[in-house]
Amino acid sequence: MITQGQFSFLPPLTDRQIAAQVEYALGKGWAVSVEHTDDPHPRNTYWEMHGMPMFDLKDAAGILAEINECRRTFPEHYLRVMAFDSTRGWETPRMAFIVNRPTNEPRLRLEREEAAGRALRYTIRT
Amino acid sequence: MSAAQPLPLQLDAPDLEALERELVGLAPVKTRVREIAALLAVEKLRRQAGLQAEPPALHMSFTGNPGTGKTTVAMRMASILHGLGYVRKGHLVAVTRDDLVGQYIGHTAPKTREVLKRAMGGVLFIDEAYYLYRPENERDYGQEAIEILLQVMENQRDDLVVILAGYRDRMTKFFASNPGMGSRIAHHVEFPDYGEAELFAIAELMLGRMHYRLSEDAADALREYIALRKAQPNFANARSIRNALDRARLRHASRLFSGAAQVTLDQLMTIAAEDIRASRVFAAQRAQP
Repeated sequence: MITQGQFSFLPPLTDRQIAAQVEYALGKGWAVSVEHTDDPHPRNTYWEMHGMPMFDLKDAAGILAEINECRRTFPEHYLRVMAFDSTRGWETPRMAFIVNRPTNEPRLRLEREEAAGRALRYTIRT
Repeated sequence: MSAAQPLPLQLDAPDLEALERELVGLAPVKTRVREIAALLAVEKLRRQAGLQAEPPALHMSFTGNPGTGKTTVAMRMASILHGLGYVRKGHLVAVTRDDLVGQYIGHTAPKTREVLKRAMGGVLFIDEAYYLYRPENERDYGQEAIEILLQVMENQRDDLVVILAGYRDRMTKFFASNPGMGSRIAHHVEFPDYGEAELFAIAELMLGRMHYRLSEDAADALREYIALRKAQPNFANARSIRNALDRARLRHASRLFSGAAQVTLDQLMTIAAEDIRASRVFAAQRAQP
């Protein structure tokens, strides 16, 4: 199982738990957005955006609807919810957690490569 | 909970009390709001007792002439519903056609959805809702916005309350041409025109809030003014009164400047009869006899 972001060692979050996390982010005034990808490689930081980041929301219901729509469209993709803090000095994502996984998750494999001078190089392959 | 044990039945809504206290007249509106509050309170008790029921649909339409307080009541509706625990956040998102309808194909749906998402947990107030539907242009994008609106009103009715507002005759036409919209709105609330005494009470309330007061003659003049103005065309109820008061304040200020170099606090606060009688509304009356 791919682990990245928050809560990824826990069992999958229920919709109520997701809503509670989103409420927390909205309470802090962060803009929440939904992203998806089919490539969970840890170096793949640029996931596809599902719609624009949602500014000026007051309630998690709107974001949950967006998550569910994205799940319907990409049931076999990884989905994550991000919360972006635009406060000066931060200007960075403050939260990110996975909310959807494909049924068969790819396994990350460590590959060893012989390089010049008997050096070994390692790389992760999905 | 045992069946024999009676439950306390009470309406605990300070916002509702404030609405009834601070708004003049509007008896049918207040009755309807009180009914809705009672329903929600009973619903809450039923839930506590374990009686299951669908949450009631609270989408409303406010119809009435200009200046009868539709927007004011909508603003308060959000906090009342929040106080009764029906909506989670209790904010109001006020929009018009421009905020919902896009300018090119494929622009409307995301725009409407974004507004709906912002309104979730609160109240979406659509002012002059009949502009959404333009029958003269069959390719108008308003229809698309209405369809999305209907879908959300039906499927996510515990997430937001939609209030449509507008003038009576045009709203009637709007609902006639969009039967789906009319049937999904449970509460059609009519805002009646204000009577003369009510308008005077509103004027006093407005002045009181701005720390002005009327001299006795001025009060008489204002009563006469209201009677005359009401008979004239384009009378917009409380809005006309507010405008009249704004002009009276203007005359009050210039009268103070044309007088002595010093003023007392009393002069600063009191609007005299001449400030009101200088109005154009009286001019016609002066010309007649």
